[in-house]
Amino acid sequence: MYAALWRVLPGPLWVRVIILVVAFAAVLGALVFWVFPWVDQFVAPQDVTVSQ
Amino acid sequence: MTEPGQDQAVAPPAGGRRGGATPRPRGRISVVGVLGELLITAGVFVLLFLGWQQWLNDIIVGTQLHGQSVQQSQTWNKAPGPTKAPQPGAPPVITATIANAQKFALLIVPRFGADYYRPIAQGTGVQDVLNKGELGHYPTTQMPGALGNFAIASHRKAYGGNLEHINELHVGDHIFVETQDGWYQYEFRNLQFVKPTGVGVIDPVPEQAGVQPTDRMITLTSCNPFFSTAERIIAYGSFDTFTPRADGPPAEIAATVTGRS
Repeated sequence: MYAALWRVLPGPLWVRVIILVVAFAAVLGALVFWVFPWVDQFVAPQDVTVSQ
Repeated sequence: MTEPGQDQAVAPPAGGRRGGATPRPRGRISVVGVLGELLITAGVFVLLFLGWQQWLNDIIVGTQLHGQSVQQSQTWNKAPGPTKAPQPGAPPVITATIANAQKFALLIVPRFGADYYRPIAQGTGVQDVLNKGELGHYPTTQMPGALGNFAIASHRKAYGGNLEHINELHVGDHIFVETQDGWYQYEFRNLQFVKPTGVGVIDPVPEQAGVQPTDRMITLTSCNPFFSTAERIIAYGSFDTFTPRADGPPAEIAATVTGRS
């Protein structure tokens, strides 16, 4: 899968590396700002209060 | 050892390799290969999520809450509450009914860092208060400065991690609660560890149900140990002094309150 991705990328090595770094940053940003906050609501809530 | 001449004989001619009949075997896409890479990717996502939830988001939320609190304080500066005439020796107390999830106070604890400035909202709802990074006021407990117990709860880690360093408080450390009226200064007294059902800690006189309070307490509750909800960690403080808003913030927290920390 990733080997195929590497092959379809155009340009010389440094162009491919730059494209991958930018793509990784974009994925990371999407995760941090949208995906993780959305996933978070399904994670078992931590209880911090005292109650009967 | 192969002779240089033999080597050249079996090697394909230079430049003809790409179009040759026997291309270098390339990684073929197989179901197992893709599945394995997807699983590795999923594992990396889980680790990234944990890093975000336990560490990165606390920094992001903490910075946002600090900014919000500085703004709230400045809003209160422009419109200070109606000047009450507190009884001699007694601080003013919020008498208005506060709606659930409404923010009405701010918490400042110098021991937790110079930029520690977090909002306190009414109620201890998980989604509408605690998971927004706010501290939740137990609605059955008293207001700041009132005789009795001002009890608030918050997360130890994640969702802002408001009480991450609750176990690092030193006896005598100052805990400040800011309202529209001014700053209530409490002194940290001791820690206690109880079961999740230990509701006695938020009694007007902690652990003494039905006793008339003669002191003004603050109680912070959070989960213990780290990453567990098996117990609750409790921090108690007792009321020290009150500084009216007109006098400006106490020197110890002036930099935090004005946002110049």
